[in-house]
Amino acid sequence: MKAQMNIRSLVNRDNNIVQLLVMTVLIFAVMTALSPDKFLRYYNFESITYIFPELGLLSIAMMIAMLTGGIDLSVVGVANLSGILAGVLFHKMAGAAGIADTGILTVLLGGVIALGTGLVAGTVNGLLITRMGITPILATLGTGQVFTGLAIVLTGGPAIVGFPTAWAFLGNGKILGLATPFVLFAAIAALIAFMLTRTALGINLMLIGTNPKAALFAGLKRERMVLYSYMLTGVLASVAGIILSGRTNAAKSDYGNSYLLQAVLIAVLGGTNPAGGRGTVLGITIAVVALMLLSSGFQILRFSNHLIDFIWGAFLLLVIVINAYKNRTR
Amino acid sequence: MSDGFIELRNIRKVFSGVVALDAMSLVIKPGEIHCLAGENGSGKSTVIKIMSGVYQPDGGEMLIDGKPVPGMTPIGAIAHGVQVIYQDFSLFGNLTVAENLAMNVHLGEKRRLMNWRRTRAIAREAVDRLGVELDLDAEVASLPTAGKQLVAIARALMSDARLIIMDEPTTALTRKEVETLFRIVRDIQARGIAILFVSHKMREMLEISERITVIRNGRKVAEGPTGDFDEASITRHMTGSDILSEPYVWTPPPGPPPVPRLEIRGLTVPGKCERLSLAIRPGEIVGLSGLLGSGRTDLALALFGMVPRYEGEILIDGAPVRMRSTQEAIDAGIAYVPEDRLTEGLFLPQSIKRNMLATSYERLARKLVIDRDRAEEMTQGMVRAMQIATPTAEKPVMQLSGGNQQRVVLARWLLTDARVLILNGPTVGVDVGSKAEIHAKIRELAQHHGLAVLMISDDVPELVQNCNRIVLMHRGRFIEDLPAADVTEETVSDRLKTFT
Amino acid sequence: MALLRRSETVIAGILLLAMVLIGTINPAFWQLDNLFSLMRSNVIIGIMALGVLLVLISGGIDVSFPAFAVAAMYLTIKGMLALGYNGVVLPLLAATLMGLLLGAVNGFFVYKFRMIPLIVTLGTSAMVRGFLLGVVGTSMININKMPTALIDFARTDVISVTKADGTTYGLTAMVLIYLGLAVAMHLVLRYTMIGRSAYALGGDPEAARRAGFDLRKTIFFIYCVAGALAGFAGLLHSGMIWLANPRDFVGLELDVIAAVVLGGASIFGGRGSVLGTMLGVFMLVMVKNSLIIMKVDTTWQLVAVGLIVIVATALSAWRDRRRMA
Repeated sequence: MKAQMNIRSLVNRDNNIVQLLVMTVLIFAVMTALSPDKFLRYYNFESITYIFPELGLLSIAMMIAMLTGGIDLSVVGVANLSGILAGVLFHKMAGAAGIADTGILTVLLGGVIALGTGLVAGTVNGLLITRMGITPILATLGTGQVFTGLAIVLTGGPAIVGFPTAWAFLGNGKILGLATPFVLFAAIAALIAFMLTRTALGINLMLIGTNPKAALFAGLKRERMVLYSYMLTGVLASVAGIILSGRTNAAKSDYGNSYLLQAVLIAVLGGTNPAGGRGTVLGITIAVVALMLLSSGFQILRFSNHLIDFIWGAFLLLVIVINAYKNRTR
Repeated sequence: MSDGFIELRNIRKVFSGVVALDAMSLVIKPGEIHCLAGENGSGKSTVIKIMSGVYQPDGGEMLIDGKPVPGMTPIGAIAHGVQVIYQDFSLFGNLTVAENLAMNVHLGEKRRLMNWRRTRAIAREAVDRLGVELDLDAEVASLPTAGKQLVAIARALMSDARLIIMDEPTTALTRKEVETLFRIVRDIQARGIAILFVSHKMREMLEISERITVIRNGRKVAEGPTGDFDEASITRHMTGSDILSEPYVWTPPPGPPPVPRLEIRGLTVPGKCERLSLAIRPGEIVGLSGLLGSGRTDLALALFGMVPRYEGEILIDGAPVRMRSTQEAIDAGIAYVPEDRLTEGLFLPQSIKRNMLATSYERLARKLVIDRDRAEEMTQGMVRAMQIATPTAEKPVMQLSGGNQQRVVLARWLLTDARVLILNGPTVGVDVGSKAEIHAKIRELAQHHGLAVLMISDDVPELVQNCNRIVLMHRGRFIEDLPAADVTEETVSDRLKTFT
Repeated sequence: MALLRRSETVIAGILLLAMVLIGTINPAFWQLDNLFSLMRSNVIIGIMALGVLLVLISGGIDVSFPAFAVAAMYLTIKGMLALGYNGVVLPLLAATLMGLLLGAVNGFFVYKFRMIPLIVTLGTSAMVRGFLLGVVGTSMININKMPTALIDFARTDVISVTKADGTTYGLTAMVLIYLGLAVAMHLVLRYTMIGRSAYALGGDPEAARRAGFDLRKTIFFIYCVAGALAGFAGLLHSGMIWLANPRDFVGLELDVIAAVVLGGASIFGGRGSVLGTMLGVFMLVMVKNSLIIMKVDTTWQLVAVGLIVIVATALSAWRDRRRMA
């Protein structure tokens, strides 16, 4: 009796999750129907597991910024800058053997630099928002521009091509038969989910987003928590940048421009409230997988990338309409 | 049969199964100043909305000039001369006074173009009609609350009003501004316009109104000329409580006088409080009251670390503490239950559990991860101890009644091992049963746990029953510090009336 | 006294200061041909900024105008080439109309579903750009193929000066169009009820509803006008640079919004003026222009502009917070 009631309450509470799962299954079914032989191939799904993690991480980053009622429009800039800075290091330190054989220590250093970039960027965002009181939209729009600009300065324009083999492993390799990016994403997503539900920081962020005034009266360290959340967002963006540059073996200043819109879409689709206070890692994960299936299906149908952008935009508007109807009936 | 201008007879209104009004009756005579007294949640706002045509009653009828008016609409109400001034005034802060005043006229005439000269003329006439000085070019947002209220009243007078309803008009006004308001109200009355004050601030209402109707739980429980009431009797009608319990008594422990748990020396908040000194010993419940603008909330905020600059000393258990942030206040053992629990106290869509543990998460997560068992234990313990009526602590707190919500806020602070408990309006909008239980809990905390309690309230019976000392404040200074045993509700009310 | 405290005066003062500073560092700034070129650069961004101002006043944000501009521009040019039409008035009308219709889509979503304008316009922006590049085409139309009437129109100068070496430069007549539209917007904002309704909506949406404003009319008006201005500006732009590039205007959102906010409009809505916006746009364009004059490496331009935007928004935030207090 108790088990039954628990399932029912789970379903009612996580209505959103169930809807997402249904949508994913639907997309899967439709895409399979449209191109049965090409869509259902293992190779297709395997390549999805290589590609979706970077977008998934960016979306989780976006969600964390939205938890406190903000937004981070600089995540793509940060990701690119992180990859570029690591690339610059590797090219500088390239020995006679060439970049591919760069020693493990240097690779680790590159990783540290990349993550450090994310941390610093996130701190800058956080300080602008908490200390200077700039609204997140404008602050991150500005910093995103600065980061992208710095990336252009560092590369002089074209991409930095060629990363160490060890680095490329992060984007292309396999761990225990699963794509490395996928493993990284799973680990990080689990960590973030844990943080959000089982640590003081996570729950406090949700409370701050729900009612900043009450958070103040409850003695929550609002400014510090929001700062931490943007620092976390920055680091997640830089991990996405590492995976991206590892996968493509290149780092560009303007890669993944459409990722920004997609990250917002996935965050909203995944049940995050842009006004703050609600969001789950599980929702984001299902949403990103669903949209990747959609993307992949359309790519197989030979839709151009531009057309896929069109579809993402249309999907965002569709989600808005559906959310509006859901809220109205409540 | 009725000699009233507007009358509600046995009005009944139900919202999704919840009875908001049940046999509510109210008569407003032409040109009279009438007060509808009731606590938050008593049905006051529903009465306003029915009178202004926003809602239609499910039972009973409304009469104007003796004739029934079924199917009243907002436009119809305005046509009959009923104007409502809401608590938030419904003004545009970013526009000028003149534009705000002339707006309804422009919209009513369905004009396409904006004529600024005409706007000024309309505004000037409205302001002159009211007989006040207002800067027509000032941005409304830059005006103090009293100024905004004047603009709202001026706007209401522009149509041929016969009744002006004011919803909680004296909140956030200083004493002087209240006087100005009352002068204007009497001017308006002299022109034959009736005024209905809807409020729970009894002190001011007794000054200005001629007749009072008290509403509780959606029905009329008392009615009559103002002279028949006093503050205590109105409060008792509003809350429905009788003096059941014994007044709170505090006996000093044997031995040398204990170090005060909370002491303030010469506390000054610039512009709000001046050189306040007070000592509260463990186990004491000290009540604090005063007219609007007396500075009592500022005192509470200063003690809670929310006032950046103050002079003077604050001592906890004899040790001086500098309150620069809420964190420091909480670490020093101070707990503050704010006035407005909906906007300042609760995270409405979040669960009861999260609301309760809001201040305790950092402590529960000493080893980075929240100790879930302990969290559950604390929650269940509090649900039982505070007798919160709910089957589960996972329910969103917004689904609870006012009384249960207040218990959740109280529970939150009890979980922090507070040593000083500051309550601001602890039982406002709380049903009678919960009131008594909350009072009992507060007494228990003081008596058995040695908390020092500072209770800020406008409810004189509440203070007289539950405090062992009552401090009265006026214009930023302490005026009286009376042992509760020496006073009655009447003497306290009278003393407050002498404040100007 | 009140004049001194108005934000437009403050911005004008800062602008003057900046001009003096730049002029001192590089006197070439003050030369007439540079000033004319500066004013020319103001035109397109300025026209778009007028639309963004309207949206910001109403409490919303629009990031879709660059996409609308480029779409209207490209489709109109392609249409002209396909029909062999060579004119000025009709194409401008067509582009404006396209922008207006696209803006109506924004208005529809913002009004009907009460969704955050930022997210709505993110969506429509992606759809329009994706459709344009994916369905219509990605090829640039350069001067060889561009309709001549449009280019000739955009070439008209209002003042023409001949230098000693025989070359001429001039102040483009497009500036007059910009000024005309600015005056029109000012009149609408100040002297029409629908303009005032934008301020009311931005000031307090609930009070606006209660007061009886027809918010459906207001919202559609705002987003349609913003779209129309974007479409118009897009086509005009291609006439001025002799090029129709469907990938144009990327990243313009930040510049324009920053310029409007810099000019005194509040990001929370309810406040803003045409004069302020024009000053803000001038400031932004001048900064970009002076970076070139000061021979700053083009790669640093993005960084410099971003930094200035951050500083400007920090100042605006400080100003907005003082207002709220």
